[in-house]
Amino acid sequence: MPSKPDQSTVTDLPAEAPNHVLEFPGGYTRSVGPVIGRFLSELRDGRLVGVRTQAGKVLFPPLEYDPDSGEAVTDEYVEVGPAGTVQSWSWVSRPLKVHPLDRPFAWALIQPDGADTALLHALDMGVLEEGAEAPRYLKTGLRVRPKFRGRGKRAGSINDIECFEPEVTMINAPSRLEYELQGGRALDRFLEGVSQGKLIGHRCGVCGQVIVPMKGLCPKDGVPTTEEVELPDTGTVTTFAVNNLPDPRAPEVPFVSAYILLDGAGLTMLALVAGVPADQVRMGMRVKAAWRPREEWGKTMSNIKWFEPLDEPDVPFDAIKDYL
Amino acid sequence: MGNPCAIIGVGQTAYKTKRLDVSMAGLVREAAQRALDDAGLTWNDIDAVVIGKAPDLFEGVMMPEAYLADALGARGKPMMRVHTAGSVGGSTANVAASLIQSGVHDRVLTVAWEKQSESNATWALTVNTPYSTSLVVGAGGYFAPHIRAYMRRSGAPDHIGTLVAVKDRENALKNPYAHLKIPGISREMVESTPMLWEPIRYLETCPSSDGACAMVLASEDAARKTPNRPAWVHGTSMRSEPIFFAGRDTVNPQGGMDAAADVYRQAGIADPRRELDVAETYVPFSWYEPMWLENLGFCGEGEGWKLTESGATALDGDIPWNASGGVLSSNPIGASGMIRFAEAALQVRGLAGEHQVEGARRALGHAYGGGAQFFAMWIVGSDKP
Amino acid sequence: MSRDVAVVAFVQTRHTAEDTGMSEVELLAPIITEIKERTGLRRFGFTCSGSCDYLAGAPFSFVSALDAVGAWPPISESHVEMDAAWALYEAWVKLQHGEIDTALVYGFGKPSQGTLREIMTQQLDPYYLAPLGVDQVSLAALQARAYLERSGAKEDDLRAVAARSRAAGRDNPFALHLDDPGDAGYDVAPLRPHDIAADADGAAAIVLATGDKARELCERPAWITGIDHRSEAHLPGVRDLARSDSARIAGEKAGATGIEVAELHAQFTHEELILREALGLGDDVTVNPSGGALSANPVMATGLIRIGEAARRIHDGTASKALAHAASGPCLQQNLVCVLSGENNG
Repeated sequence: MPSKPDQSTVTDLPAEAPNHVLEFPGGYTRSVGPVIGRFLSELRDGRLVGVRTQAGKVLFPPLEYDPDSGEAVTDEYVEVGPAGTVQSWSWVSRPLKVHPLDRPFAWALIQPDGADTALLHALDMGVLEEGAEAPRYLKTGLRVRPKFRGRGKRAGSINDIECFEPEVTMINAPSRLEYELQGGRALDRFLEGVSQGKLIGHRCGVCGQVIVPMKGLCPKDGVPTTEEVELPDTGTVTTFAVNNLPDPRAPEVPFVSAYILLDGAGLTMLALVAGVPADQVRMGMRVKAAWRPREEWGKTMSNIKWFEPLDEPDVPFDAIKDYL
Repeated sequence: MGNPCAIIGVGQTAYKTKRLDVSMAGLVREAAQRALDDAGLTWNDIDAVVIGKAPDLFEGVMMPEAYLADALGARGKPMMRVHTAGSVGGSTANVAASLIQSGVHDRVLTVAWEKQSESNATWALTVNTPYSTSLVVGAGGYFAPHIRAYMRRSGAPDHIGTLVAVKDRENALKNPYAHLKIPGISREMVESTPMLWEPIRYLETCPSSDGACAMVLASEDAARKTPNRPAWVHGTSMRSEPIFFAGRDTVNPQGGMDAAADVYRQAGIADPRRELDVAETYVPFSWYEPMWLENLGFCGEGEGWKLTESGATALDGDIPWNASGGVLSSNPIGASGMIRFAEAALQVRGLAGEHQVEGARRALGHAYGGGAQFFAMWIVGSDKP
Repeated sequence: MSRDVAVVAFVQTRHTAEDTGMSEVELLAPIITEIKERTGLRRFGFTCSGSCDYLAGAPFSFVSALDAVGAWPPISESHVEMDAAWALYEAWVKLQHGEIDTALVYGFGKPSQGTLREIMTQQLDPYYLAPLGVDQVSLAALQARAYLERSGAKEDDLRAVAARSRAAGRDNPFALHLDDPGDAGYDVAPLRPHDIAADADGAAAIVLATGDKARELCERPAWITGIDHRSEAHLPGVRDLARSDSARIAGEKAGATGIEVAELHAQFTHEELILREALGLGDDVTVNPSGGALSANPVMATGLIRIGEAARRIHDGTASKALAHAASGPCLQQNLVCVLSGENNG
C-alpha cells in the first residue's frame, strides 16, 4: 500500500475545488450476466435471493460459481432474509464523502436468514455525532434488516439497499401536551404577596398554626382557613440535603435544598440555601431571604434567590426537632 | 376480615436496567404467566384483573390498563387500576385481596409493573409545573433531608446506611430475579461511592429497573385445587396522610405506625420482632431500614440503627429484613411494593429458594409512597387464619 | 357474604366550562366540607378517589387532593387512576368485608387545563395507535359510523339525543346550560359538536354506608342491589365497535331489570344509543334526566356523578329502581353498571 495520509487528515482538508477530476462521462456500462442480473432484478423488486450451489449451500449474494470448488452453481434461486445477522463489522466514526452514509456507521458482513454466506453493506446505527464510538449494542450477532430505497428510486443496484438497520427493538414516542395550569386562589394570593416582598400565611382556626404558603385550608384539620398573617423573611434551617446530582431544571451542583421554618410559621418550606459553602450548612442555622432587586420582582417565588446565613447563633436542636 | 384469601401463584420477571427484548405487554405477561403456572391455572380461569403502577408518566402511557386489558386476558372481565404512588404495588395486592375477602370473586390476577427504561425516573417524578420549585431532583433529593433528620434525632453513626447497603446486596446474590448483583460487595465499596444527595451515597440508593410482578389470589375453595402450597392473608392495611402540615413527623410518620398497628391487630401480633419470621419492607434508601424498624414497632424509637448494627436483620439474624435483596437491589417502582408482598408470600410458602428463611411461617409485606405518606401492608402466614 | 350498602349522600360542584382559577383542591374542598356537614360524619371507614395525572400534566395529582379531605389522623385510603365510579366500586367491595360501615368516594378533573381529545391519545396502545396521533373524537367517530351503519340509525337520531340531553341539562343547576343543537358542520364526521360531551371542570363526592348506618344517615337510602364492571379488548380493529358486549355483561351481572331511570356515562350521542341497546333500556326508561355528560363532563368525576344522580332520584322518591353507568377507555372500552333501589333486597 503506498503511503497515504491517514483518513482523518483527508477529511480535515479544506473543501476546496480539486484542480483535476477524472470522471468517465456517463459512468461505465457493465453487463451483469444471468446470476448477478437475477439477483439485482429481484433486489429492484425488493427481494433478496441467493443461489443454491451443487454442494447444497445457499450462496448470497449469488455468484455463477461455488467459491469453494469453482463448480457452476445450480439454477435454483432461493429467497432469503430479509432479516439477517451481523457476522462481523467495522466502525466508521468519521465517514468519507464517498460513503453511503454521512454519519457514523458500520460496515458489516450480514448473513440473511436462509443464506450460508454474507453480504457486505453499510449498517446505520442511528443519529450519532461525527466521531462517535460504536453504540454498545452493536455486536456480532446483531439482528438487522435492509432499508430499501423507494420503489421508483431503485435501479437494479446494490445501492437499492440504502443500508441495513438494526431490527426494531424499540420505538421512540415523542410526547408533548400543552396545559394552562392554575395554581389556585390561595397560591395566587401568596404569590401576590411575594410580588410585594411579603410572605403571607394563613392561621388555622382549629390548631392555631400558621401555614405558609397557605392553601386556603388546613390539611391536618380539614377546615378552610382565611386569617392572613404576614411572616418575616427570616427563619431556621431544620434539615437539608446537599445535592450533587445535576439536573438541567435545578441549580448548579452542589446546591443545598433545605427545609426552612420561617419565624412564626407552623411548618417548614423547601428552599435553596446559598451564600455559604455547602459543607457549612447546619441544622439550626439562622437564615434570611435574599431578594432579587425590586425591579425584577414578579408574581413568583423566584423573587427570592435563596436563603443565606444570618449572623446569629444556631438554634438548639430541641427547638426544631418537632418540625422534622 | 371477610372470607379467607390465599396466595396460590407468584410470578416475577428478572429485574434489569432495560428489558429491551419485550414490549410493555410482553413484560407484564411474563410475570402473569409465571403466576398462572405456579397456580396451575390458565388465563381462562381468572375472574378479574387488578393492575397497579405509578405514575403513568414513566412510560408515557396514560391509564395503561386500557391498552393492557386483553394482554392480561381481561376481555369480558372486570379490570381495575390502582395508583397510590410508591406504595401502589402493595395497595394493588390489598385491593385484589379485598375482591376475594368480600366473596365477589374466586380467582383474581394482580399485576404491578414498571418499565423505567422507556423514560426517565427523575423526569417523571419531578415534572415542574409553573408553581413548583426545582429543588428536588428525584426521590433521593426529597428523602435526603429526612434521613439527615433521622440521623441527628437518633444519634445513629454514619456507617449504618452502609451496613444495610451491603446486607441487602449480599441477599440479592441469592435471588435469581434481583437486578443489582455485586459480588464482593463491602463497606469499603459502598463508602467509596459518591454522595449523590448528601447524606445519601450512590450505593445506598436503589437502582432503576424494568420488571413486573404478579400474583394469583384465591378463595378457600379455589385454593384447595392448587398444585403448590398457598400462603394465607392474615391482615391488610392502608393509611394515608397529607404531605405538608404543621406538626407532621416526616421521619416517623403516624400513617406508618397506624397501618402497622392495624395489620398487627388483624393478625393477632403483639410483638412483631418475635412473632414475625421475616419482613419484606420498602427500603429504597438504605437508611430507611432503621427508620422503618422503629416506625413498624420492631424496636423503640431511636433504637432502629442498633438493631441493624447488631445483625438482627441479616439473613441469619433473628428477624431478617429483605431476604430478597429488597428495593435496594431491584426497583421497578410500580412493582416494588408488590414484590415485597409476593416475597413475603414466597417465604411462608417455603418457595423462596436460596434466600429462604428457614421455617418462616409469618411474614410482613410493606410498601410506602409519596412523601412517606402512603402506606400499604399485609401479613401472610403458612396457616389458614 | 353480602352486606347491604347504600348511597346516602351525593354532592357535586357547579361545573364550569371555563377555568375559574381554582386548583383541584380548591374545587374539592367545599364539596367535602358539604358532604361531611350533610352526613354529620367527620371520619369515614374508608376513602377512595379517582383522578388522572395527565389532566393536570404532572405526576401524583391525587396527592394534594388529600389536603381537602382532612386526612388527620391518617386515614384508610386508596386511589384509582380511573373514573371515580371505580373508586366507588373499590369502596363497595371494601364495605362487603371490612370492619367499617362508611366510605367516602370522590373524583375531580380540570380538563380546561389542556386539550382533552389530545390528552386521551396518550391512553392508546403505544405501538399501533398513539404514534398515529389519533384523538379521542376521531376514534369515537369511527365507532359512531360503525353503529349507524349496523343499526340503521340516522344522524338525526344522534341529534335527538343531544337535544334531549341539553334540554335536561338546562334544568340542572350543576350542568352547563347549552343551547339546542344548531346547524354546525361536522367535527369529525359523522360527529358534530353537539354530539360531543361538554367538557367541564368539576368534582363530586359520595358517601356510602352499610345497613343500619345507612338508614340512620339517610331517610331513603339508595341501596346498591347490583354492581359490576367489564372490559373489552383495546384495539378498535379487534372488537365489534357497533355493540357493547362488556356493558351487556355488566348489566346482566348487576341485575339491570325493571329500571325506571338510567344515568349513562355517554360522552358522545351514539354511545347512549349503544348503551341503551346493550342494557336493554326501552323507551319507557328515562335516560339522563341530569343532562348527562353531554351537558357537563367533569372528566374522572363524570361516571361517579351518574351514580350520584341516579341515587338522588331514589332519595327523593322519583324512582324506585335506577341504573347508573360509567365508562373508561376509548370507545366505551370499560363499562360499569350500578343498580340502585329504594328497597334493600332489590
